Amino acid sequence: MSSTTPTAAEAELAVQARQGAARSDGYWSGVLKRLKRDPVTLFCLAILFTMLMVIVFAPFVAPADPYQGSMIRRLRGLGTPNYPLGTDELGRDMLTRLIYGGRLSWFMGIVPVIFAFVIGTTLGVLAGFAGGKINMAIMRVTDVFYAFPSVLLAVAISGALGAGIFNAILALTMVFVPQIIRVAESVTTSVRNLDFVDAARASGASAFTIVRVHVLGNVLGPIFVYATSLISVCMILSSGLSFLGLGTKPPEPEWGLMLNTLRTAIYVQPWVAVLPGACIFVTSICFNMVSDGLRQAMDVKG
Amino acid sequence: MILYLVRRILYAVPIALAVGFFCFMLVQIAPGDPINAIVPPDAPGDVVEQVRRDYGLDKPLPVQFGLWLMKVVQGDLGRSLATGRPVWSDLQTAIGNTLTLAVCAALLGFIIGCILGGLAGTFRGTILDRVATTFAVAGVSVPHYWLGMVMVVIFSVQLNWLPAMGAGPGGSSDWSWNWEHMQHLVLPAITLSVIPMGIVTRTVRGIVSEIMNQEFVTALRGKGLRRFDVFLHVVKNAAPNALAIMGLQLGYLMGGSILVETVFSWPGTGLLLNSAIFQRDLPVLQGTILVLAMFFVALNLAVDLMQTALDPRIKRA
Repeated sequence: MSSTTPTAAEAELAVQARQGAARSDGYWSGVLKRLKRDPVTLFCLAILFTMLMVIVFAPFVAPADPYQGSMIRRLRGLGTPNYPLGTDELGRDMLTRLIYGGRLSWFMGIVPVIFAFVIGTTLGVLAGFAGGKINMAIMRVTDVFYAFPSVLLAVAISGALGAGIFNAILALTMVFVPQIIRVAESVTTSVRNLDFVDAARASGASAFTIVRVHVLGNVLGPIFVYATSLISVCMILSSGLSFLGLGTKPPEPEWGLMLNTLRTAIYVQPWVAVLPGACIFVTSICFNMVSDGLRQAMDVKG
Repeated sequence: MILYLVRRILYAVPIALAVGFFCFMLVQIAPGDPINAIVPPDAPGDVVEQVRRDYGLDKPLPVQFGLWLMKVVQGDLGRSLATGRPVWSDLQTAIGNTLTLAVCAALLGFIIGCILGGLAGTFRGTILDRVATTFAVAGVSVPHYWLGMVMVVIFSVQLNWLPAMGAGPGGSSDWSWNWEHMQHLVLPAITLSVIPMGIVTRTVRGIVSEIMNQEFVTALRGKGLRRFDVFLHVVKNAAPNALAIMGLQLGYLMGGSILVETVFSWPGTGLLLNSAIFQRDLPVLQGTILVLAMFFVALNLAVDLMQTALDPRIKRA
């Protein structure tokens, strides 16, 4: 099971630790140097940054009001004057709705991962460092959550709790916590058995100090990289919940919900109706590429 | 080996119980009195009390869980609030349809993923590798419900080649293997296959490139074996892990097909769940999730056992 320590990973970490001690210009400047040589990751970062700026400054960028519709200009096509991306089923400007929709979609894609990162790292490091019964208790509970496919788990929890942003965030956090616990636990277990932890203990460091200085310093990187890879999944899942009518409620603009309300419009304005999904796709693929780039730059295995 | 077998099967029992408990709790965490999940809201007060006693809802939670479990084990998942029919009877046809869809999608994704991943792993660092990896990343990043809509726009609305809705002519939900029905399967199966395609490509690429770097492959080549024979050796080494991934993916698709089924109105468990959510039909929600999760637990067990049986390198005790 997960408690058996992979010796190869141990050796790897030991080498990394030794290199870290010997390097003078620091770990992070090395990571930055490697990232600078990775054009694909930089390109995706640029797209994400632009998107973030646009949705943060939405009131200044968006050409119209996201809630103001008009019955006489419903479902206009791409390239309509004044409405470059057309209008939706209630005659609201698509471009404006997409810009404002990014706010909630990004929020719901990132916030659950942050929550899960904090909770999962705490529990995972605790399980890995304490071992024994505590490890047993925490890991067996995560096993239960692993018995559900993640989409099903998210739908089950938010389906029972009912629609709403808060419930969706709660459900998604519960989906990702067990996954982060597993990663955190296995990395912590392999770090815990390294010589420098023994040395710190022998020199009288308290358990708290060992965790804070020696363990966290070595496990946060890999867990962080893993968490960034979850953002893409989280965005797809949260939009999926809204698509099912479980996340955001109308008239709030959100990409998944917009896809849902525009579903019947595919026979009238097919290319306008699929725009919100394209936004989800671009964002999620960029987050995935950046996560892959980070993994390589930070030299994290697995 | 036998010991491992017994231990692994026994280990699945507490997991299954805990999954059952989770599903039981779903109705408890739902806002409102769980009694509302059984009686219509306009029932008179004394009837409500009577039902509460009949169902044991006045007893403490652990006792309720026990009572509920006894019924579930006997195949009684309660009655739907919307239709009044037993949940299990609706669930049976739905599971069959979802299984058809998921198996087709998993097979398709597995075959394409193995080809792409195998090529990428063998010719690592080439253009071929780049293309396959890009496909894989796109496959795991695409919101598949959106991909389904795009497919409908292209193949149903614009080209008018394939039907967009349902599982058969006239919206029938009875499945049979003829073209009338199968043409309804094409778009949802392709849409759903994109996820396992991406994951299998990534995994197989990793496995193959690791095997290709091992000394025995160099030795086989040095011995003068033809490319095809070397390929057979690689397949034999990669198969157990690849099959395990495929088995788990089937489980993910069974549970994860809800979004695609909603897009295509495919009459499976996903559509059942979707309407249950809309009507707040908690017994249906609970029953469907319980059965799907149990299926996943059983599949996990089967994959573990299969992997142990197939791969002589794994020695478990």
